[in-house]
Amino acid sequence: MELSLRRILALAIKEFLSLLRNPASRAVLIGPPIIQLLVFGYAATYDLKHVPFVVYNQDSGRLSRDFIARFAGSPSFEMIGDVQDQRALQRAVDSQTALMAVSIGPQFTSDLEQGRTSHVQFIVDGRDSNTAALALGYAQTIVTAFNREHLAPHSRAPAATVVLDRAWFNPNLESRWFIVPGIAGILTLLVTLLSTGLSVAREREMGTFDQLLVTPMNPQEILAGKALPGFVVGTLEATLIIAVAILWFRVPFTGSFWALYLGLFCFLLSSIGIGLMISALALTQQQGLLGTFLFMVPAIVLSGFATPIANMPKVVRYITLIDPLRYFLVILRASFLEGAGASLLWHQYWPLATIGILSMIVAERLFRGRLG
Amino acid sequence: MTWMRLTGLIRKEVYEIVRDPSSIAIAFVLPLALLLIFGYGVSLDARGVPIAVVVDHPTTLTASFIGQLQQSRWFVPIHYAGEAQAQKAVTDGSAAAAVWLRNDFTRRALSGSPAPIHVIVNGVDANQARIIENYLNGAWSVWIEQQAQASGIHTRAPVVAEARVWFNPAMRSRDYLVPGLIAIIMTLIGALLTALVVAREWERGTMEGIMVTPSGKMEILLGKLIPYFVLGMGGMLFSTLMAVFLFRVPLRGSIPLLLACSSLFLLTALGMGLLISILARNQFVAGMVAIVATFLPAFILSGFLFDIHSMPKVVQLLTHVIAARYFVGLLQTLFLAGNIWSIIVSNCLGLAILCVLFLGLAVIRFRKRLD
Repeated sequence: MELSLRRILALAIKEFLSLLRNPASRAVLIGPPIIQLLVFGYAATYDLKHVPFVVYNQDSGRLSRDFIARFAGSPSFEMIGDVQDQRALQRAVDSQTALMAVSIGPQFTSDLEQGRTSHVQFIVDGRDSNTAALALGYAQTIVTAFNREHLAPHSRAPAATVVLDRAWFNPNLESRWFIVPGIAGILTLLVTLLSTGLSVAREREMGTFDQLLVTPMNPQEILAGKALPGFVVGTLEATLIIAVAILWFRVPFTGSFWALYLGLFCFLLSSIGIGLMISALALTQQQGLLGTFLFMVPAIVLSGFATPIANMPKVVRYITLIDPLRYFLVILRASFLEGAGASLLWHQYWPLATIGILSMIVAERLFRGRLG
Repeated sequence: MTWMRLTGLIRKEVYEIVRDPSSIAIAFVLPLALLLIFGYGVSLDARGVPIAVVVDHPTTLTASFIGQLQQSRWFVPIHYAGEAQAQKAVTDGSAAAAVWLRNDFTRRALSGSPAPIHVIVNGVDANQARIIENYLNGAWSVWIEQQAQASGIHTRAPVVAEARVWFNPAMRSRDYLVPGLIAIIMTLIGALLTALVVAREWERGTMEGIMVTPSGKMEILLGKLIPYFVLGMGGMLFSTLMAVFLFRVPLRGSIPLLLACSSLFLLTALGMGLLISILARNQFVAGMVAIVATFLPAFILSGFLFDIHSMPKVVQLLTHVIAARYFVGLLQTLFLAGNIWSIIVSNCLGLAILCVLFLGLAVIRFRKRLD
C-alpha cells in the first residue's frame, strides 16, 4: 500500500474548505483566542495588588499611625477604612469587604517606646487560602522592614548575616512572564484539538463519510489528509499568539525561534494524534467534543500552567508524563525566559514525538477497526 | 402551552439522553474525574524543594545554617562543590534555588561585618520563586534567633505579627479549591449539556421535525431545559457529596440554601449554553464558543485561582458577566464560612440578572422559522 501525495493533498484542501467555508468557524479560530490571550494575560497573575484591608486601631500614638501608613502606602494593600470595634471588624471580613484586618492593641506605642514587644494581629480571610498566605507574606515583609528601623541597639544578632537574593530569568518576579507563554500553549492545544477532534464525526453525521470510503483513499491517506490542516492551523495560530505575547505583553524572548518551532512541531504532532484518536472513537460530534473536553481539562490542570507539578503527589506526577502540554509549556517558557536552545530542550522533544507517533498509530488502528 | 406537549418533548429529550450516554457521562463522570484530579493534584504548597548549596569553607557556623535549611520541611539541600555546578543545577531545573556561603562567611559574620548569604532563585515561575524566597527568609530568621539564644544575647523583635486565618485556620488549600472547583465543573456541565443539543438538531435537520409540530417556542425551550436541569442538579449533588465525604471539606452553611443557590446558577449556565447553541447552529462553533466562553473564563476570571482585586479595573468589570464568579463566592462562603447573608444576597442578585439575561436572549433569538 503506497501513499499518494496528490490524494492526501486533495483531502487536506477539502478539510480546509469545510473548516473555513463557514464564516462562524473562521471567526472562532481567530477572534476568541486573541481576546482570551489579552484578557487572561492581564487577569492571570499571582502578584497581589490592592488587597483591601481594614484597621482596628485602639492605640492613639504616633508609632501605630506610622505602622499603618506603611500598609496604606504599599501597592499590595489598599486601606478601605477604620473600624471601631471587634464586631465591625468581623463584619468587614465576613462580608469580604476586607480581605485582611489589622488589629492593633492600646499599648502599641508605649510598648515600643519602653522596649517591650508589641503584638499586632493580622486576620485574613481563609476562604481563599492562597491569597491569604500571599497577603500574610507581604504583611510580614512590611513588619520586618518596620522592625529593622525600630530595633533596639542592644539586640544585634551575634552573626551579622544578610540574605542577598537574586532571581534569574525574571528579576522582578513578574508572574505575567510566566503565565502568558502558558496561555499560548493552552490556546494552541485548544484550536488543534477542536479542528481535528470533530472532523471525522462531522462526516459521519452528515453522511459524507461513506462517500469518503468509496474513494480510492486508504485509511493512512485519510488520516494524513485530516492531520494536515491541523498542522497548518496550529502553526499559524501559535505564531499569532506568540507574536502578541512578544509585541503586546513585552514578554522577553531570549531563546531561539528554531528551537521553539521544533518544539511546536512535536507538540502539534502529539495533539493532532490525540485529536485523531478522539475523532476515530467518536460516533457523533457531541461525543467528539466531550472527548476533547475530557482530555483538555485535565491536560491544562496537570500541565503546570497554574500550579507547579513538583507540588503534586507522586502518582499524579506520573500521570503528567503523558500530558503533551506539560512538555510544551517547558519549551515555551525556556525559549521565552531562559534563552534555551534546542540542545537543552531535547528532553522535552522526544516525549512529545513519542506521544505523537504512538497516538497516530493508535488512531490509525482505531480508524481501521471502525472501517471494517 | 399545553402540559401534554411539554411532557412529550421532555420524554423525547430523555430518550435522547439515554440513547447517547455522553450526556450522562458529562453530568457524572466529568465531576468525578475532575474532582479527583484537582483535589489531589492541585496544590500551591511547596514541600521538599531541592536547593543547591555551596559552602566554600565549612565551619560549625555554616553547618548550623545548612542544618536549619535541612530541618525545615520545605527544603532538601544538595551539596555542590562549586558555584558553577550550582548555577547549572538552577538553570536546568534540578534545583529551584542555590545558596552560596563564600570563603570569608564565618570570619566576617563573627567579626560583625555583614556576611552575605548569596541566594539565586529560578524566577521563571514567579509565584513559586516568591514562595521559596519567603521560606528561605523564614528559615534564616529562625536561625538568627537560635544563634542569638545560644550565645546568650537577648534579642527580640519590636513588633510580632500574629496571623489569624479565619474560616480555614490550617490553610488547607484543598478546602478552598474544592468549592471553587465545583463551580467550574458546574459551569462546564451546564454549558456542554445544552450547547450541543440545539445545535445538533439544526445540523441533523431534526429541528424541522419539531417545527412542524404545534409546540410553541416556549415549550420547545422548556422541553430542552428541564431534563438537563434535573441531570445537572444530580451532578451538583454528587459533587457536594464527594467534597464533604471524600475531601472532608466542612459544609458550614445550610443545605437548602446551597441547593437554592445551585439551582439558580445551573439555570444561568444552562441558559448560556442554550443561547450559544441557538446562535451557533453548528456543533463545531458551539463547542468552541462553549469552551472559550465558559470553561477558560471560569478557570481564570472567577477568583478561583487568581485574586480578582489584583486584576486591572477593566478586567475586574468583565468578571461581573462571568456567572462562575458569583458561584465561586457563594460556594466558598457556604462551605467554609456559613450563611453570611450580605454575600449570599449580592451574589444571588448577580446570578439572577445574568440568568434572566441569558434565558431572555435565548427566547428572543429562538425563532420557529427556517431560514
